[in-house]
Amino acid sequence: MLSDKDRIFTNIYGHHDWGLQGALKRGSWDGTKTIIEAGRDWIVDQMKASGLRGRGGAGFPTGLKWSFMPKQNDGRPHYLVINADESEPGTCKDREILRHDPHHLVEGALIAGFAMGAHAAYIYVRGEFIREREHLQVAIDQAYDARLIGKNNVHGWDMDIYVAHGAGAYICGEETALLESLEGKKGQPRLKPPFPANVGLYGCPTTVNNVESIAVAPTILRRGPTWFSSIGRANNVGTKLFGISGHVKTPCIVEEAMGIPFKELIEKHGGGIRGGWDNLKAIIPGGASCPIIPADQCEDLIMDFDGTRAVKSSFGTAGVLVMDKSTDVIRAIARIAYFFKHESCGQCTPCREGTGWMWRVIDRMARGEAEKREIDMLLQVTTQVEGHTICALGDAAAWPIQGLIRHFRHEIEERIDLYSRNPRPIERQMLEAAE
Amino acid sequence: MSVRRLASEQPESFTLSPENLAWAEKQLLKFPEGKQASAVIPLLWRIQEQEGWVSEPAIRWVGEYLDMAYIRVLEVATFYTMFLLAPVGKKAHIQVCGTTPCMLRGANKLIDRCRERIHPEPFHVSADGSLSWEEVECLGACVNAPMLQIVPDTYEDLTVETLDKLIDDIEAGRPIKPGPQIERHHSAPVGGFRALTTPELYDGSMVGQGAGLAAAREAIAARAAAAEEAARVAANPAPAEPPVAPAVKAQGEADKEKVPNQVNQTVPASDPAVRPDAAKKE
Repeated sequence: MLSDKDRIFTNIYGHHDWGLQGALKRGSWDGTKTIIEAGRDWIVDQMKASGLRGRGGAGFPTGLKWSFMPKQNDGRPHYLVINADESEPGTCKDREILRHDPHHLVEGALIAGFAMGAHAAYIYVRGEFIREREHLQVAIDQAYDARLIGKNNVHGWDMDIYVAHGAGAYICGEETALLESLEGKKGQPRLKPPFPANVGLYGCPTTVNNVESIAVAPTILRRGPTWFSSIGRANNVGTKLFGISGHVKTPCIVEEAMGIPFKELIEKHGGGIRGGWDNLKAIIPGGASCPIIPADQCEDLIMDFDGTRAVKSSFGTAGVLVMDKSTDVIRAIARIAYFFKHESCGQCTPCREGTGWMWRVIDRMARGEAEKREIDMLLQVTTQVEGHTICALGDAAAWPIQGLIRHFRHEIEERIDLYSRNPRPIERQMLEAAE
Repeated sequence: MSVRRLASEQPESFTLSPENLAWAEKQLLKFPEGKQASAVIPLLWRIQEQEGWVSEPAIRWVGEYLDMAYIRVLEVATFYTMFLLAPVGKKAHIQVCGTTPCMLRGANKLIDRCRERIHPEPFHVSADGSLSWEEVECLGACVNAPMLQIVPDTYEDLTVETLDKLIDDIEAGRPIKPGPQIERHHSAPVGGFRALTTPELYDGSMVGQGAGLAAAREAIAARAAAAEEAARVAANPAPAEPPVAPAVKAQGEADKEKVPNQVNQTVPASDPAVRPDAAKKE
């Protein structure tokens, strides 16, 4: 188990002052001037050496991303955009940073902005996080008042940080959709290339980073990349906020080492599976878009990028959703399919039509009102959506269904058999079983 | 995607309150000149806070205020699902999260209860006009499931009983407590913390502990030393060497013997000693 002193977010439960005074006492804004004086290249090198991979789900190395920004300014301003549009079912880690430890993020925005030559940062908070963005705004105002950021601040790098917000569109968590939304349009993703590092917000060089990636940066630079990379396994280093939800005794958010075994995470922090370990049916390891993992593969599951990939799933944002044996797993995935149907932006036909089609079919399957050949047809349609859209929402909608059919095909078939033996509406019972 | 249309009954006109207008002016300063369209979402949101919903005259007003085409504002208002396009309950519009993490912990029971107590259909106001409800997609508090939001606060760790109490309190006008509705500290586990219990984290002893800061100071010192060296070199330039490649020079030295009538290069060409033939003519 990670020791408390290796934890970065020491006020994640909000049991201490989240304002500037509390943050200073916990070590935020300590030596920020020294870090900035060490120079842009030094910071990027240190971030690369730390091995930090982006915490937004894709796991792209953060230091490398920072280094993509043009070194020379061609007259266009550079922008840092921080993605706090956390909307994936199962993921709720950034919320805790925003409302209980916002100074990590504000300090990180200054350092990251300096490292990419940006004088302005926009933090795009999802619309539903109203109290969270109020806390963040207070933290930013405190930093302005203490001249930690702003024009002519004590750190010698002019930096303005603005809070912007959305209004309930999951797709705005996709980086180019976020930029569109920030420009005051519908959040429909852009084609890449050009990449945001060249043509981003208002057509200027922009880097979009997740809240957690930015918020851990100051502590990594303060304690050194060797400290950070000594935690976890090679290629999967550092600490990470895990969210444990679903059928565990004590759901919670906790910062743990990358590469923690799933069983240890659940037993130590989640209080164990409801009804004991043997009552586990399946998990979704990192937010709704990650394929489901059945219980027999959870025994030795390592919670990091490579560990989850080894069982054909993905790490996502480490928001673990646990399902015990009482779960109607088909209905659980059907609800996820509905989520993606609801959140498709409507730009690409395979996704706009496909997400609705997949939801309607799997919803019938959850009731048993389907034919067995439709299972293969559904699987084939998921492959026609996956990879044929501008952004990854099409993929994200396809993966949970592929995972379900891969591991729980027998349940779908049983449900179809049950219905065909006695064709009457069984929706009511199934709903109860899901809870 | 969700198909959303404007309400069939619309008010005659819309005006933003003077306080909100002052607030809107300040919002525009966040964005570069000419990019005031960026403020469309915050502005529509403020209008919803003022009016309770977003009406067509309000959309037209925003278009004029931000110098945007009306259709662009309409697109935004219908795309983003938090904008309510029709009036909702006067006392509260209850948004219950129904996505899988909440559903696994009983969100459907909450939705059923809303159907019973408020209205069988979402977005319909209750008989006395005070309440309405809808099922929303993930609200981002999965570890506190099941939960709901009554803008601007969230009410977490609900059961049917606590939801009933919540609705009773709203109807009676009693204050309601946001956050977890059970004995629990935000997102920490029920029954007490299992992490972040070390007191040293909070007494200031973590300040100034960074090995990385030492490395940063070393990097600064090394750069300063390099800059100093460069400055010293720039201040005292070494005597300029003739621009002859060493190999050419060495070859020249070696060939000196072989070439006859070599002229002494150190004396000017006008010196008669160098031009023996010129002297002969005289």
